[in-house]
Amino acid sequence: MLGVPKERPTHAEQPPLVLLRDITKSFPGVLANDHVNFEVRPGEIHALLGENGAGKTTLMNILYGLYRPDSGEIYIRGEKVQIRSPRDAIQLGIGMVHQHFKLVLPHTVAENVALGLNGTPFWAPAKVVAQKLRELSTRYGLHVDPERRVWELSAGEQQRVEILKALIRGAEVLILDEPTSVLTPQETAELFKVLRRMKEEGHGIIFISHKLDEVLEIADRITVMRRGKVVGTLLAQEADKATLARMMVGREVVFRLSKTTCNPGEAALRVEDLYVRSDRGLWALKGISFAVCRGEILGVAGIAGNGQRELVEALAGLRRVERGRILILGKEVNGRSARAISDLGVAHIPEERIRMGIVPGLPVEENLILKKHHRPPFCWRGFLRFLAIREFAKRAIEEYGIITPSPKTPAKLLSGGNIQRLILARELSGRPAVVIAAHPTYGLDVGATEQIRQILLRQRDEGAAVLLVSEDLEEIMELADRIAVIFRGEIMGIVPAAEATLEEIGLMMAGEKRVKVEG
Amino acid sequence: MDFASWLISTVSRALAFGVPLLWGTLGEIYAERAGVVNLGVEGMMILGAFMAFAVSQSTGHPGLGLFCAALIGGVAALLHAFVTVTIRANQYVSGLALSMFGLGLAGLLGRGWEGKPLGNTLPTLTIPGLSRIPVLGPMLFQDQTILTYLGIFLAVVLWLLLFRTRWGLAIRSVGENPSTADSLGINVTLVRYLCVFFGGLLAGVGGGYLSVAYRPAWTEGMTAGMGWIVIALTIFAAWDPLQALWGAFFFGALYHLSYRLQAYLAPELLKLMPYLFAIVVLAISGLGGARWRRRAPGALGLPYVRGER
Repeated sequence: MLGVPKERPTHAEQPPLVLLRDITKSFPGVLANDHVNFEVRPGEIHALLGENGAGKTTLMNILYGLYRPDSGEIYIRGEKVQIRSPRDAIQLGIGMVHQHFKLVLPHTVAENVALGLNGTPFWAPAKVVAQKLRELSTRYGLHVDPERRVWELSAGEQQRVEILKALIRGAEVLILDEPTSVLTPQETAELFKVLRRMKEEGHGIIFISHKLDEVLEIADRITVMRRGKVVGTLLAQEADKATLARMMVGREVVFRLSKTTCNPGEAALRVEDLYVRSDRGLWALKGISFAVCRGEILGVAGIAGNGQRELVEALAGLRRVERGRILILGKEVNGRSARAISDLGVAHIPEERIRMGIVPGLPVEENLILKKHHRPPFCWRGFLRFLAIREFAKRAIEEYGIITPSPKTPAKLLSGGNIQRLILARELSGRPAVVIAAHPTYGLDVGATEQIRQILLRQRDEGAAVLLVSEDLEEIMELADRIAVIFRGEIMGIVPAAEATLEEIGLMMAGEKRVKVEG
Repeated sequence: MDFASWLISTVSRALAFGVPLLWGTLGEIYAERAGVVNLGVEGMMILGAFMAFAVSQSTGHPGLGLFCAALIGGVAALLHAFVTVTIRANQYVSGLALSMFGLGLAGLLGRGWEGKPLGNTLPTLTIPGLSRIPVLGPMLFQDQTILTYLGIFLAVVLWLLLFRTRWGLAIRSVGENPSTADSLGINVTLVRYLCVFFGGLLAGVGGGYLSVAYRPAWTEGMTAGMGWIVIALTIFAAWDPLQALWGAFFFGALYHLSYRLQAYLAPELLKLMPYLFAIVVLAISGLGGARWRRRAPGALGLPYVRGER
């Protein structure tokens, strides 16, 4: 580490690293950026806050040379520039970490960083880069082994590789697009440490996000965008959650969900001593037991990869149960197919929305009846009945507020929030007895998150047993009536949400505390 | 025949017969490492075989014949590159079409040359000194053409280039994840064109070897399915030039043995052997090769469109 912080001229005296003036960009039918002004100073973390589709990513893609603006000017360190390609942007000292990492998974970290890097030798470019990487790693606290292959790394480590890629190319301005959406709370804390370190070194950081808490925590200034326009720029110290949310959504947002007291009935889902293997054949669940009653939400908290995925898949009939029993409404369902389980009244909201939740190429209406396409009213003697399907789809689209150009639009063209609404509409039709929701609001904006949480609460109030698996602790604390914490395939404890503290849950998540499991 | 002389002739013939397979496979590895499957190897090889024969016969220079064989293979490959990289048509369909096209065109052009033996063939070498080592000398250092040694040297060089240099890194990245390569300023189209073209050059030489060295004459369809074996070998070699060496010579030995066994087994059955073996080998490498390293390049067979999610 470097020693004492150096004296710097106050940042306000320097020209801004980046100044975007009056940027306008339209796509067919959408004005994505409407006379947007934005600036970043050296040594500043400037958050760009807004819902999905507000125009944040478009603006940054313009700065990074992926799009050309229709009008407006870009100044870098006070000089007017034209940015025609990412290459230009890199040369001007701008780096970008995309939301979906741009990494070659089978290659090593060093190879990924060396790709396309100027000034590396013809022979063994990765070797030279590895040396440089080690220096940068220690300087910024970005620890990652240059020799490891990228597919072996966690999401947090992969993100560090992306940041290193930008730094080694001399980035003074770093754009991070939704950087925390793939991170665990611990990894987020690590990332924030790195960002503060970069700030001290005089970098300017643009932090794109729709999460209010983290923006308030990390940013110096916050610019809020809505529908392509800048609503305002505030200092983080002077901002609060309610104001930001109002600016972002354009109306008041309820943070405390109106939650009635829970009224648990009989156990609709019971799991007894369940053993399940992971894809690699190791034990993913080691004898877990719990019950979810009608009219309650059981939250499953835990760091990713502790058996949550396997649990959900086993419950949905997608993974073999090696030992133990799963009972739905008193019936044992071990070895039953996913369809049989769904017919018993189990709704499954899968973790990977696009891969498991929908058939991306099929139209919205067909996706809406996937679970029931084989029986009346949607099917008659093997033929699909299009009028009935259309009728059902229209009702579902209206009831769940799915925004789609038409019921015939391919589902993959919808935004994340609307895909999730579609899945909920399909799964929750016909009053399920058990709802299994895996990361239901992952990556969604405030508006969609709020709506989906309300829908889950409504299911509870109507008497469904809801199992909510989430890495978002806040979500679990807010929605769940009881919280089960999972660690390395075991349940560390089940506590009533009203009595739980974040600290206690955190310790259980890290496997450092175990409470006696009740019932 | 005693075992030593049997072994000597088998290894020596395996080398000679493995050469066209090796050249073809090295080329296909480069095309596929950049993400383009070229099933047109059979077509490029037969065009090369014809071209090498025709030019050698007319000029008396087999070296010039091989050079022209490389060129025609490369030109045929460029056609495939244009259709698959620029127009982004289906790579498999385009490759199959190229194979059929090449076989047909070579047959048409070669009508007047059918069955004629070649006057001036590619000379075989006897390496001074080394060839006098007992057993190993006659096995490895006699009766081979320059293409055997050039092929082995090329395999090593191409391995180094692919895994130890900037260019290799760019090629592998384009084949694994073109959008990442693009975002870092690599010209995906250019890399793919060059690799497919290079693959065509090598396939052309492989074909040319058949008509100016291995069996110095022109017969229609003389590649006899070697191009398809090359496709299987590329997978068998796990897209690795050094492993292609073993694979090519192993299959060369199989070809040779199938001739040797003619006295005992039906010739049809023997002709089947390399293909049967190709299927078996693919099945084995498919079952046993769950490890990532053995996996195909991530973007293999997929056209690249900038900005598509």
